[in-house]
Amino acid sequence: MAASANRDSANVPMSEIVRLETQKPRSLTTEALAHLRRDRLTLFAIGMLVLLTLACVVLPPIIENQLEVSATRTNVIDRYKPPGTDNYFLGTDALGRDQFTRLLYGGRVSLGVAYGASLMSITIGVVIGMMAGFYGGLFDDAVNSFIAILSSIPTLFLLILVSVIFNPTPQVLIILLGLLGWITTCRLVRGEVLALKERDFIVAAQSLGAPSHQILLRHLLPNVLSLVIVTLTIDAGSLILIESGLSFLGLGVRPPTPSWGNMLTDARSSLATGQHLIIWPGIMIFVTVLCFFLVGDGLRDALDPRRKR
Amino acid sequence: MNSFLARRLLQAIPTLFGISLLSFMLMLATPGDPITTITFRPSNDPGAAEILRRQLGLDQPPLIQYVYWLIGNDWVRMDVDGDGEDDVYGTRRGVLRGDFGQSIQLKRPVWELITERVPATLLLSLPSIAIGYMAGILIGLLAASNHQSWFDQLARVLSVAGNAIPNFWLGMVLILIFSVNLNWLPMGGMRDITQRQAGFNLMNSLPYMIMPVMVFSLSIVSSVSRYTRTQILEVLEQDYVRTARAKGLSSGKVLRVHVMRNALIPIATLIGPSIGFLLSGAVIIEQVFSWPGLGRLAIEAVSQRDYPVIMGTVVISGVMYLIGLIISDILYGLIDPRIRL
Repeated sequence: MAASANRDSANVPMSEIVRLETQKPRSLTTEALAHLRRDRLTLFAIGMLVLLTLACVVLPPIIENQLEVSATRTNVIDRYKPPGTDNYFLGTDALGRDQFTRLLYGGRVSLGVAYGASLMSITIGVVIGMMAGFYGGLFDDAVNSFIAILSSIPTLFLLILVSVIFNPTPQVLIILLGLLGWITTCRLVRGEVLALKERDFIVAAQSLGAPSHQILLRHLLPNVLSLVIVTLTIDAGSLILIESGLSFLGLGVRPPTPSWGNMLTDARSSLATGQHLIIWPGIMIFVTVLCFFLVGDGLRDALDPRRKR
Repeated sequence: MNSFLARRLLQAIPTLFGISLLSFMLMLATPGDPITTITFRPSNDPGAAEILRRQLGLDQPPLIQYVYWLIGNDWVRMDVDGDGEDDVYGTRRGVLRGDFGQSIQLKRPVWELITERVPATLLLSLPSIAIGYMAGILIGLLAASNHQSWFDQLARVLSVAGNAIPNFWLGMVLILIFSVNLNWLPMGGMRDITQRQAGFNLMNSLPYMIMPVMVFSLSIVSSVSRYTRTQILEVLEQDYVRTARAKGLSSGKVLRVHVMRNALIPIATLIGPSIGFLLSGAVIIEQVFSWPGLGRLAIEAVSQRDYPVIMGTVVISGVMYLIGLIISDILYGLIDPRIRL
């Protein structure tokens, strides 16, 4: 690292070096925040996610009251209304329910599952991954072989089997996806801890007699944290895809509770009459997942201390 | 090489046991049972249902059922009529002796059902994987060698978007555009159902393949191109690339000989697992396009609690996955001379 720093500084003008030398050292967090402030795309994606989440939580009852539409009341006369008729922003579905409010209610489910399950799987993954990487030995072997088995059953089959056993309400789905999704995180964290364990500052802490829980929490955890934050956002995006896929197959959230996935299942049977019913749930999934992925990418750039200036 | 293969195959055995045991237990824990779905008719004699259950061995405790599934039950006598005396020997030979059992719903050997469906899944996934990898590597290469050009930016945006788009929705939108509105392509299925002659004809199936293959390969293209791009960018910074340039090699040659070969190594590891997911990766796409592949067989089996079929598909895809991993290790060794198998 030192050699490459010298090599780079050869191209830097003297004034720049003086500026760098006299600059106050900045912490990773301030560096990352400063980087994020310049990254318009990531800021935009974060804004979109905040807006979407707020809209899903706050808006549905207000809209239902103000516009006198309903996400649950069926209405035979108003079936398959195209977007923009009467008070129906995005039209109505096969049972005459307002699609816009249904999308927002569905968003509560999809986003809730994404946030809940990704938090859960990250927590499990970090705890098990750090323990396996740090302690090694029998525990590490056991974790590894369990991961080997679990990851060679195709995830979808596993999810299908498990979601048939437990009738999936959104809450159950959070737990299921959380319990099945920790493998990737665990692998990543374990690898990172294995590498960090050999580094000087850990060896120093150990030789000074620091107890292992202190090494884990004070020295290792902060170092895997940026990895964890990035995985968390990417995971949340993939979980929305998985949840909607499962619901689409009829194995996730069951009607009448709307979710973006099962709204698409309903839409499949009205290909000719209700094309707006296919377009909008998909766009919601796409935009949300895209935002999560963009935020993940942006955070990865912002949190990578080795990134180029 | 041979000892490596032998070791890997030996290591795969406990994993396969684990897979089958875990899925067997999960499967038996699912509520609902196949006997009721077959015999559910008010006029049926409940006693007959019990006899059927005993004949199929479904009255046994889970672990015994697993053992029978694994090594067969032709060495034990079963009490079929329920009078407490053993009557006949079982007829199953067990997975270890090549007998995957019989489908409870379709009353046909599971092995036959699976081999019937595998070609359809292969027809869908092999072209998708081939197109996906070729296009992905090409796009990644072009993007990385024109780093920060408009093409690079476009490729980045497209790969993130391609990963974020739900593929079943993309399939539905394509159906909406090309089948419902334009009426150019068939909506689903694998061939014209009015077609007289039996057997498979590629020219007949081609129009049916276009949309599913498109959707399937898009998801592969977006991840492969992204991965290739980062790999190549990383290799481009290595000292040996600078050396190669410094000694005056043409940039094409540097790219081909020095960069590509090194960047392709990690990509080879991606191919293995994706071969393994050949059989299962297409479940949702098969569902959207009513493609008669293995994925649909599995979904149908789960919804009908057809235990032998579920187990058959799980085991087959587990085996495929493990084979894929081994293949990727072998590829690794072939491409990277530093690694000795």
